[in-house]
This record gives sequence, structure tokens and C-alpha cells, in this order.
Amino acid sequence: MFKQVWQRIRELSGDDAYERYQSHYAVHHAQQIDAPPLLSREDFFKQWQDNQWKGVKRCC
Amino acid sequence: MTITKKIIWGLLAVLGAYAVSVIALHRGESINALWLITAALCIYAIAYRFYAAWIAAKVLVIDETRATPAERLDNGRDFIPTNKWIVFGHHFAAIAGPGPLVGPTLAAQFGYLPGTLWILVGAVIGGAVQDMVTLFFSMRRNGRSLGQMARDEIGVIGGTAALVGTFLIMIILIAVLGLVVVNAMKHSPWATSTVAATIPIAMIVGVYMRNIRPGRVLEASAIGVALLLFSVLAGGWVDHNATLRVWFDHDGLPLAYAIIVYGFAAAVLPVWLLLAPRDYLSTFMKLGTVLLLAVAIVILRPEIHMPAVTQFTDGTGPIFGGKLFPFVFITIACGAISGFHSLIASGTTPKLLSNERDIRMIGYGGMLLESFVAIMAMIAATVLEPGVFFAINSPAGVVGKEAIDAVAKINSWGFAVTVEQMEQLAKDMGESTLFARTGGAPSLAVGMASIFGNAFGKHLLALWYHFAIMFEAIFILTTLDAGTRVGRFMLQDMLGNFHKKLGETSYMPSVILTSSLVVAGWGYFLYIGVIDPNGGVNILWPLFGIANQMLAAIALSVATGILVKSGKLKYAWITGVPLTWLVIITTTASYQKIFSEDVRVGFFAAANDLSAKLASGVLPPDKASVAPQLIFNQHLDAYLTLFFVVVLWVVVLDMLRMCWRYQNTRGVLPSSETTYIATQL
Repeated sequence: MFKQVWQRIRELSGDDAYERYQSHYAVHHAQQIDAPPLLSREDFFKQWQDNQWKGVKRCC
Repeated sequence: MTITKKIIWGLLAVLGAYAVSVIALHRGESINALWLITAALCIYAIAYRFYAAWIAAKVLVIDETRATPAERLDNGRDFIPTNKWIVFGHHFAAIAGPGPLVGPTLAAQFGYLPGTLWILVGAVIGGAVQDMVTLFFSMRRNGRSLGQMARDEIGVIGGTAALVGTFLIMIILIAVLGLVVVNAMKHSPWATSTVAATIPIAMIVGVYMRNIRPGRVLEASAIGVALLLFSVLAGGWVDHNATLRVWFDHDGLPLAYAIIVYGFAAAVLPVWLLLAPRDYLSTFMKLGTVLLLAVAIVILRPEIHMPAVTQFTDGTGPIFGGKLFPFVFITIACGAISGFHSLIASGTTPKLLSNERDIRMIGYGGMLLESFVAIMAMIAATVLEPGVFFAINSPAGVVGKEAIDAVAKINSWGFAVTVEQMEQLAKDMGESTLFARTGGAPSLAVGMASIFGNAFGKHLLALWYHFAIMFEAIFILTTLDAGTRVGRFMLQDMLGNFHKKLGETSYMPSVILTSSLVVAGWGYFLYIGVIDPNGGVNILWPLFGIANQMLAAIALSVATGILVKSGKLKYAWITGVPLTWLVIITTTASYQKIFSEDVRVGFFAAANDLSAKLASGVLPPDKASVAPQLIFNQHLDAYLTLFFVVVLWVVVLDMLRMCWRYQNTRGVLPSSETTYIATQL
């Protein structure tokens, strides 16, 4: 129960975004020949954060 | 439905109806806040279980077997099939801003009843429906934005109107929110130093999660929240330190300039340094405080002291001028229906849904929760003694600058309050004065502090008060940062049509130019608001309300148009009814703001009155010096209101023209809905 709640909090805040990216990469890109290389945690986070702030994100 | 379930829902309906009749018919000294909570929860539950479910099944015809854009276009970046609770969290964090806290606080001048009823009815019939159908239509169109949908489905006019409307709302919203923060910090070293401290704290958090421990978002946020709580405590020390406190003790104008400079910096600096970390902190604070407030209200069951309806329904209210109809609807704004939500519901949220059935919980349910936040803000405002509430929220221009005059005026309305009582209250809250602290934040903070103080210890009142101010300021400033940035992107997008280079988001001269223009836009309204002896909120908030309702009307027009085009004319009332109501209130309010003879309502009337006074030389020198600017501003506001109402009518008529053509089998634009693909999830 506690573990599940913690997992949800991590997911909601993006704390586990890199782990999720890794598994997405493993499923979708690892087998491709021309796939882009796996990003490091630091590079991934930079991309992820910049990507989050496109468009209207916050309201009144 | 089984017989037991039928009985349970029947009982819930009876309880809800009883609670509503209690809050509507009660005419005693005070009423328990739990009645408002009960009425709200019963109404939400029934609306969600029956109305929303019916809309989802019969009107929208949700198809659980259909693959969502998140599944079809999954790219691990913006299109990601996501658990519904996570999407709900993101969606709610995005839609819930300071609006539902400020609106009900101001609308409480009519008494607790009118605002509460509109928060409940407006959300169930209007706001939640708008959010849900917009989310649905956007999801069926690969997550297209409201503006794109308006252009694709109705025509170029609607699309352009949505774009321009959004931009102008942003400008006015940021100005009024900036004004709320300025009024909360004015001559309050504690509040000012605490709010100022949130800037370096956000930067520390930003550097931590970018460079020190990349991607460790929760660690960084925990550090940030701890520092924020510490900054509330440290603000108290600053306040008690004779040398330090003068650094943070300022008039409104320097504080407004500081916010303008800050807004510019936030729009130009990289997001990771200020905007993103501040947003994390504000989201945690927001969710935490709302939860805490709900728990405190349920444990404490505070008494509401404000009458159900006050005499100010006649339009003579001190906080803002104008009669109950239409101004209670304009003032409540976001807690009942907010056009702004349609931008979120057609932005990131539709790209995350893993199944169509989730839209009821996320679209409809998300808005119900927002409406509940507005109910809590209403409770926090009305648990104050009405005399105290009016003393805090009435501008000096209405009740007089001196405490003794203000008290006499408020007593003459039949609300008891004394100078000593206000002085004691200010002392308890660690402020020098609480008279004429307009904008809603201070009175909400006093209300929250007294609720928290009763629940968790009275000796900490001043800490709770400044905690509440910090909590409001941090997410007002987040909206200000994010809004300025979005405004900048929109402007760059528009200018890019004329000169390609200006459209590049990383081209520095363009960044500086567009950021300056956006900041100058809201900075102007903020400046005028600060120099206005009536506090400015009384002008800016209705303007914001009108603009936001106009955007909601555009969203509902798009939805109604799509429903008719999909051959669902007989169901088009689900968006048609709230649309009609919004058109009525927005048009009436705009008409009154432009043409009313009452100087506290009509912009031209106010401008003419001030001009006459200036010409005859009856104004004191300090007022005479700012009068020309105020006169100009009243004219500008009148034309802006006119512009909003014209845009509204153009969009509605364009939608009706399209519907007429469709019903008479003339050509209309083809539906841009994507074709069916079965889900594999």
C-alpha cells in the first residue's frame, strides 16, 4: 500500500521519469539499428524539463 | 442499479437537498460551515454519478475500445499513455490556480449564499461540462488546441478570436494577480521578506535538480519545502529586527516595480532555473494546504458569521460596485466556470489519456475538485466577523484612510467592528495594519489562520497568517511566470508571421522584445491598479471575469458547433444552456461596465466624474496628480470590455451560422475527428 502510494507520487512528480524512459527505450528503440543512443540521466532530464514547459501549463 | 444502490443514492439526494435548503433558508446569527461542505459533496456526487455519466455514455458516446492518441502516437515525450490518477493529478495541478481563492473572497460581499450557489450550480452545469467535452473533442483530434479546433471546425474567425482572447486574458490576469501580491506585501516586512525568499529558494532547488543531483525531483522539492517553511519563520525574525525590517518595508509602487522586473527576468531566464522549480514547490504547497484546510474545516466545523445575503446585492458594495446580477457570476469566475481550463483540456491532458473512459473523472471530476476549493475559500472568507471582513477588504477610497472613519462607515452598514479589535487582530497576525488590505489574499489568510489556529494552536496565528500569504504568493507568482512566458511564445508566434526571425523562440532580440511587450502590457495595468485610491482590484477583477467568461463562451461555442455537426442537435443543450447563460451575464456585465451611470460601475461614468472633479479643482493634490492617468485607464478599460463582448458575439454568431448551414444541408467544414483504431492496451 505505502509502496504503491510512493510510486504514484514519484510518477506524478516526474521523479521516476528517467526509469520510465529507460524502459520505453528498451521496448521501442533498443532493437532498432538506427535508434538514437540512450541518453544519460542528466541529458535526459534536461530534455524532459525543457519539453514540459511548452504551451499553456498553468491556469488561473 | 441494485435496490441498495438506489436507496443509497436516494438518501444522498435527500441529504443534499436538505443541506441546500438549510444554507438557503437559514437566517440566524451564524451557520455551521459543515452544511456548505455537505451540500457541495452531495451535489458533486449526484452530478458525477448521473449527469456526467449520462453525457459520457449518450452524448459523447465514449468508446472504451478505441485507441487514444497517447496509445497511437506514443513517443515517450508528450504522448504517453498514463494511469488515470496521474493524469488527474497533472490536470488538477494545472487548472487549480489562485482564481478560485480570490473570486469567492470578493464575492462574499453579497453574503455567503449567492456565491456558494453559483459555485455549485455553475460547476455542475457549466464548468465541469466545458472541461469534459473540450477534453473529449481534443482527444478525438490528436490533442489539438482550442484555437486549432475552432479554426478547423467552425472557421478562421473563431480560431483568431480564441487566440487574441487568450492573449488578452493572460495580460489582465497577471496584472490582477500581481496586484493581489502587492497588496499582501504592502508595508509588511514579514510578508515581503518571505515572498522575496521564495525566489532564491526556487533557484537552489532548480540548480539541485539540474546539476547537483540530476532528475531527483522529490529530493529537491523536499529541500525546497523545508526552506520555504523556514522562510516563514525567518520572516518573523526580520520583522522583529529594527535594521532588517526597513529593507522590506515598502509602499505599493516600489513593490509593483519589483514584480515587473521579476516577471521580465522569469520570462527570459531558462525555465529550469526559476520557473520549473518554483512550479514544483507551488504544486506541493497547493495540494498540501488545500488538504490541510479541508481536514481543518471538517475537524473544526467553524461557524459562518457572514449573513446569507447582505444589503450589497443592490450594487452599493464596498469591495466592487455592481448588482448581484450579473456581478456575482463575473466575480466568482474560475470556481464555477473558467474558459482558461479549456486551454489545459486541449493541451497536455488529452495527450496522456490511456483510455477514453477516463475523461469523466479527469475532465468533470477535476473541475468538481476545483469548485470544492472555491467553496473552502468561501468558508475561509465568511468565518470572519463581517465587520472584520469588510474592514480588511474595503479600499481606503470607499471607507476613508483613517481607521476611525473606516470603522464608523462599516458600523453604519450594520456590521460591528472596532478600531481596537482590528489593532488586536493585526497584532495577532504580526502585521502593522489590516485595514484596506484589498485583493482578497490578506482576508483569506486571516480566515485560514483562524481556522488553522483553532485546529493546531492559537499562539501560532502570526505564523499561520504568513504561511497562508506565502502559500498564495508562491502560486500566484508561478502563474505570473508561466503566463508571461506563454504570452511571450504567443506573441513570437504571431510576429513570426510578419518576420520569420522574430518567431524563433531562441532568438535573443526577439525574446527580449516580446518579453518586454508582454511585461509592459500587464505592468501597465498593475501600475494603474497600485496608484488607484480605490485599490484597482475593483476594476481589474471584473475585467478579468468578463474576459475569462468570454473564453469559456468560445470553448462552449466550439463544443456546441461540433455537437450539432456530429448530428447531435438534440443533445446540444448540454453546452448550449451554459453558453446562453454566459452570453447573457457577460453581455449584461459588459453593457453595465460601459454604459452605467453609476460611477462605481460604468467606466465612462467614472472617467467623466473624475474629469469634472479635476476641472473644478475639488481634488486634493495627491489625487489630482494621478487623475489624468486614471481617466485614460477608465477609457481604455471601456474599449477593452467592448472588444471582449464583440469578440464573444462574433464567435457565437459564426457558430450559429455554421449550425444553420449544417441543418439546411449546406456545406460546412469537414469534421477533423480521427478515424477509429482499436486499442491494444
